[in-house]
Amino acid sequence: MTPARPAALGCDAPILRERGQREVFCGLTGIIWLHRKVQDAFFLVVGSRTCAHLLQSAAGVMVFAEPRFATAIIEERDLAGMADCNEELDRVVDRLLARRPEIKLLFLVGSCPSEVIKLDLSRAAARLSVKHAGTTKILNYSGSGIETTFTEGEDACLAALVANLDADTSGAPSLMIVGALPDVVEDQFLRLLAELGIGPVHSLPARRAGAMPPVGPETRFLLAQPFLGETARALEDRGATRLDALFPFGAEGTTHWLHAAAQAFGVDEMHFRRTIAPGRERAKRAIEHSRERLAGKRITFLPDSQLEVPLARFLASELGMQPVEVGTPYLHRRLLAHELVLLPTDTLLSEGQDVDRQLDRVRAARPDLTVCGLGLANPLEAEGLTTKWAIELVFSPIHGFDQAGDLAELFARPLRRRDVLRV
Amino acid sequence: MQLTVWTYEGPPHVGAMRIATAMDGVHYVLHAPQGDTYADLLFTMIERRGKRPPVTYTTFQARDLGKDTAQLFQQAARDAFARFQPQAMLVGASCTAELIQDDPAGLAEAMRLPCPVVALDLPSYQRKEHWGASETFYQLVRTLADTHVRPAGRGGHRPRANLLGPTALGFRHRDDVIEITRLLGTLGIDINVTAPLGATPGDLARLGAADFNICLYPEIADTACRWLEKTFGQKTVRTMPIGHGATHAFIAEVAALAGVDPAPALDTSNLPWWSRSVDSTYLTGKRVFVFGDATHAIAAARVAQDELGFEVVGLGCYNREFARDLRDAAARYGVEPLITDDYLAVEEAIQALQPELVLGTQMERHIAKRLRIPCAVISAPVHVQDFPARYSPQMGFEGANVLFDTWVHPLVMGLEEHLLTMFRDDFEFSDAAGASHLAPLPLAGGVGKGPVDVGSAAAETSPPPVSSASGRGTWSPEAERELLKIPFFVRGKARRNTEKFAAERNLATITLDTLYDAKAHHAR
Repeated sequence: MTPARPAALGCDAPILRERGQREVFCGLTGIIWLHRKVQDAFFLVVGSRTCAHLLQSAAGVMVFAEPRFATAIIEERDLAGMADCNEELDRVVDRLLARRPEIKLLFLVGSCPSEVIKLDLSRAAARLSVKHAGTTKILNYSGSGIETTFTEGEDACLAALVANLDADTSGAPSLMIVGALPDVVEDQFLRLLAELGIGPVHSLPARRAGAMPPVGPETRFLLAQPFLGETARALEDRGATRLDALFPFGAEGTTHWLHAAAQAFGVDEMHFRRTIAPGRERAKRAIEHSRERLAGKRITFLPDSQLEVPLARFLASELGMQPVEVGTPYLHRRLLAHELVLLPTDTLLSEGQDVDRQLDRVRAARPDLTVCGLGLANPLEAEGLTTKWAIELVFSPIHGFDQAGDLAELFARPLRRRDVLRV
Repeated sequence: MQLTVWTYEGPPHVGAMRIATAMDGVHYVLHAPQGDTYADLLFTMIERRGKRPPVTYTTFQARDLGKDTAQLFQQAARDAFARFQPQAMLVGASCTAELIQDDPAGLAEAMRLPCPVVALDLPSYQRKEHWGASETFYQLVRTLADTHVRPAGRGGHRPRANLLGPTALGFRHRDDVIEITRLLGTLGIDINVTAPLGATPGDLARLGAADFNICLYPEIADTACRWLEKTFGQKTVRTMPIGHGATHAFIAEVAALAGVDPAPALDTSNLPWWSRSVDSTYLTGKRVFVFGDATHAIAAARVAQDELGFEVVGLGCYNREFARDLRDAAARYGVEPLITDDYLAVEEAIQALQPELVLGTQMERHIAKRLRIPCAVISAPVHVQDFPARYSPQMGFEGANVLFDTWVHPLVMGLEEHLLTMFRDDFEFSDAAGASHLAPLPLAGGVGKGPVDVGSAAAETSPPPVSSASGRGTWSPEAERELLKIPFFVRGKARRNTEKFAAERNLATITLDTLYDAKAHHAR
């Protein structure tokens, strides 16, 4: 039922490490989904017009709905002297909090310009926290491109939260699901875990700033996302124990992920199987209609979100696709150990990027489907290659049993479209 | 520091990318941190280009800082030259690289690449996208134009003009170029070079061979045109051919400069007849608010007032570089010029003026939607739907046709809504159900207090007096019910006029009579 635990991890296939031009988003982009998740948090980027322009381009029409993020744009006169810069920041924060009194948690988000001029946002956060004590907690993390790639922005944000979680002094074991999931997915997982008899279960991040979970030596945590290396380390530093599992994509991944929790909480094996059986069967039925289109098709992932390895595993083991190259911005071997063994042995794993050379490989291999960013998708389509744009995989609900069919469909749809068009 | 959610313009290096992407044979090596490649998707997604922008980013990371970013830059430039073999290269820094002071100009010069290299100095913390585009185009023209080239004399040749300013990611630039090229062809004038859109560095070398220049988009080409005037003695046509009248003026100016007969080009748009036809009578005196880049805003105001019979009640632009032109235009219409890049200021102005139509950018489209005011887009920044598949210029006679249809369409929609609200008591058409093409908005729904329960109003139960949002006077139940009978798209104006009228007369309560007294007072 669950994939057998491997005797020896088979992830020592050679990995192609490249350096060169990287066609990736910076960590600021994480704000777009994080601010939707924590409903009384505000994200203030301290950066340049470029940062504001990026957020606007990434957020699309969302910027008009009185969103809970903004940019404090550094101007010429701020660059003149550091003291001035801090005063300016205080002024901006005061004005912001006066305008939005419902904000309980404010993140000062570092960017490339603020990091390069060494504006100390952690000190600013501490200073402002004192000033606004009792109403708003102020934290900081860096979403700069020089330090973070796309989803690593969430990792940096959650790691900053971990340092501020209350200590769990209850002495009783609890489970923490780590990673911002769409509410509908989170609710499904909470229902399943409750049926399994596992509890208490918390989510990080919680939906409200005041409801963040406590952490302690009795905390077990499951990563819902593969890009949370720093957060995992921060939780372990606070005594929590990570449950090692596949990531919850597809019927097998979700089963394995839930099974890790069941084992840690001593759930009876028969009860486990009975409880998850309906969801597991539904997931298998739901991906069945995409299998016909996807089986045997060759797929290449360009690096984007670190979801590439688990998704390639799902597509290979449950839908019969053949991964050609699986590129990832960073490879956390420790977190991906289970995933890596299940990838076909002839898969080329690459970490980092030299985009022009990687595109040469794509053109030479001509995979049936290339997963890539929006800057590359249309140009590759124009060369006759079918693409699936990667960002959608971060914004859509794709985890768990009941999203497995939708996840398969995301990959099947571009191929179906290619086949139906007669123009 | 400036607190910002939405920006009308990107940073200046995005302007430089618009020039590089518009041209062929130019490659831009941009010293920038990982992540700045986001700008590629403006071109591949919004403009739907099938090629990657010709930009190589050094994408340095934290671990590169303090040791080898300069070497990284040179490596990127060397690789880019080897791979893309450009005829000319642009090198420059984005906002972060500007701070680490690697000097792309000096580094590139030291490399002695076998093609012209134009070093860009774009101050990211002072300037913005249009300035960056303008400066980049100017530097390219200055570097690449062959100063020995001169027009070939008029012996039997058709006169030649350069068409300057269209770029990548420009609002309707693609079709404006087609329309103006066709129009000049009718006049017997050839295009020497269109630039930067579709031009190569070799084309820029031939700029001097034209008899005169046409500055299609001053935001992009004005600086370059001034340099060409000085260097080659070429005259510049500066009339924006947007609208029927402006196109006539443009043709007259071009014909005089080229020494040709304007008559063959004076075919006409449908706009004058469409505008004169009785169906358009209801457009008379419609209050319109205009905002965008200065060029499009000024041109739109003229079309709105002179060719559609609207009343311009507000005029503004976000690009400070052309503030003087906009102030002059605003003075012509007797309105206060609004020069700001803060969309909240624009929203305030629109809310205060309660226009019946907003002409603006993507941003004003959203503001108008929120305030339930009809709107049409006249200027960048725009989203993907304003890079249409169909032919839709803004310039020339076909452009005038497009303007008429685009601007009148949301108003016709308004009339349709009016017919629906006449049947408001039918349950299908309840006011609370909202307009068919607009998101429901509590603000404009009732008097100061959100959506109104029409059912109870129709049942003649008296709602309690409600004080207005602006605090001027209190509406009596009868007056409030009467206000609801006014179509939603003029209701905001009626409310504002009535409250102003009541305030001027110190009336504490707005009665049915006050409403109609105010109506009589404001009648036009």
